[in-house]
Amino acid sequence: MSVPFYVSPEQLMRDRADFARKGIAKGRSAIALQYADGILFVAENRSPALHKVAEIYDRMAFAAVGRYNEFENLRIAGVRLADMRGYSYDRRDVTGRALANAYAQTLGAIFSSGGEKPLEVEILVAEVGVGVADDQIYRLTYDGSIADVRGYAVMGGAADTVAEYIGEHYTEGISLAGALRLAVDALGHDGTEVRELTPDQLEVAVLDRTRTQVRKFKRISEETLARILSESSPAVDEKSDADTSADSDADDSSESAAGDTPVAPPVDDAPIAPPEDPDDDRPL
Amino acid sequence: MTSDASGRLPEAFLTPGGSSFMDFLAGHAPDLLPGRRSLGQGDLSSEVPHGTTIVAATFPGGVMMAGDRRATMGNIIAQRDIEKVFPADEYSAVAFAGSAGFGIEMVRLFQVELEHYEKLEGATLSLDGKANRLSALIRGNLPMAMQGLTVVPLFAGYDEDIKGGRIFSYDPTGGRYEETHFYSVGSGSLFARGALKKLYREDLSETDCATVAIQSLIDAADDDSATGGPDMLRRIFPVVGVVTADGYRRLPEDEVAALVDAAWAQRHERPDGPAATSLT
Repeated sequence: MSVPFYVSPEQLMRDRADFARKGIAKGRSAIALQYADGILFVAENRSPALHKVAEIYDRMAFAAVGRYNEFENLRIAGVRLADMRGYSYDRRDVTGRALANAYAQTLGAIFSSGGEKPLEVEILVAEVGVGVADDQIYRLTYDGSIADVRGYAVMGGAADTVAEYIGEHYTEGISLAGALRLAVDALGHDGTEVRELTPDQLEVAVLDRTRTQVRKFKRISEETLARILSESSPAVDEKSDADTSADSDADDSSESAAGDTPVAPPVDDAPIAPPEDPDDDRPL
Repeated sequence: MTSDASGRLPEAFLTPGGSSFMDFLAGHAPDLLPGRRSLGQGDLSSEVPHGTTIVAATFPGGVMMAGDRRATMGNIIAQRDIEKVFPADEYSAVAFAGSAGFGIEMVRLFQVELEHYEKLEGATLSLDGKANRLSALIRGNLPMAMQGLTVVPLFAGYDEDIKGGRIFSYDPTGGRYEETHFYSVGSGSLFARGALKKLYREDLSETDCATVAIQSLIDAADDDSATGGPDMLRRIFPVVGVVTADGYRRLPEDEVAALVDAAWAQRHERPDGPAATSLT
């Protein structure tokens, strides 16, 4: 009888974490951003059908990066949980906190169980409140850790680089157009070369607290997105602006006149639907 | 109840399955489905509140549904301001006549069913698809219908394909029938339908259609003791829901009040309401 190798628990967990992290970093980023009237989600996603951002319940949305089949399964479970709670109690009793908890327990249990492969996903559960102070964004990682985020959150791809860009330009109470421009610019600043993303490469949705309907989630169509983005031009590098009016919120992205910036062509203009080439099994 | 002791999502939630909330409940929590409960013996029809009359009518570009506000329990008026017309989703409306408790539960379940599908699939069901789901829901309620707890819904919605409204009626066994122009269900439905026959025109405007619906409910209340007419003392008026390309909208209280007041004033002159001519 052979004796199994001894692997220390630290080593085991580190290996599993590395495995999950690598999978997630291969994909493209997704951003959640609080703006004055709600929460904006922007994800780089060339597929019009396979969503990274989705509605969970009246005031709640879900965003994820990583392996599509894995986070889609979590999304469906979340919708089931929310609908079930809302049906057995009341619509107001469905909370983001409860859902985030259930996800954390599930991810944590899978991560630390020896039998299952850790999920290569990172997810956000966002709940829009009556005012900005009541908004909640929970960020959950592959190992079940949960963080309560304020302002903005970035997951997947070169998340740190993108988050750094947002951190430099984000102001509280930013307008929707300003937040959208900032997010799109940030997604383009994920490497050494700056990219300008076009509407067909983006998936955009909002939880809009001003909506009169009970369900606050709304997708922003490609046409609307193109219109909003055409009203502001990509941020130029800081050195060009002489007037530093530190008061306004959105104008650091919208002030420069259209047409004067040489726009970098999209690095990759492959059409739609992953996998873009048969060998590319990158997560979304 | 919705997660196991560890707080982890129960296995059933993570198991791939269909997009129907009813099917999910049937597998995971069957006791939450109205049709799965065992009942005692006997006829319960006079022991629980019943909702009474609902009318629906189409007009160019949409459909309208109106219901009186009374619930009765045998000879007792159980509630004066019950609501029986609801949005089913953004582009359809559902109303019920019959056992109020199950009617309201059925409407809630139907609403979740449509929303659940929409969220999981990322697309809405066709109007016929929605109508068929409602059929399945009523069929599950059959054992209770046998004991006098019948629920008969009326379903109407805006159909994107024909750019207009459609109406579906049901029987207690789940049979689904599409109606043209107008329909009514409930205890006063025969009287309401008689009135609709005489007042309805295909080219009614939205406001005129609402007046016709209100007139038919007044006629139903006139001859059916279980249907409540407009309560002029308490200012309780029918619920009128309208579905058009812009979605579901409940007519505001003051708009309905104005229409009811006009109809009421006319009835002071002629208590039977507007007269139809004998020819044409």
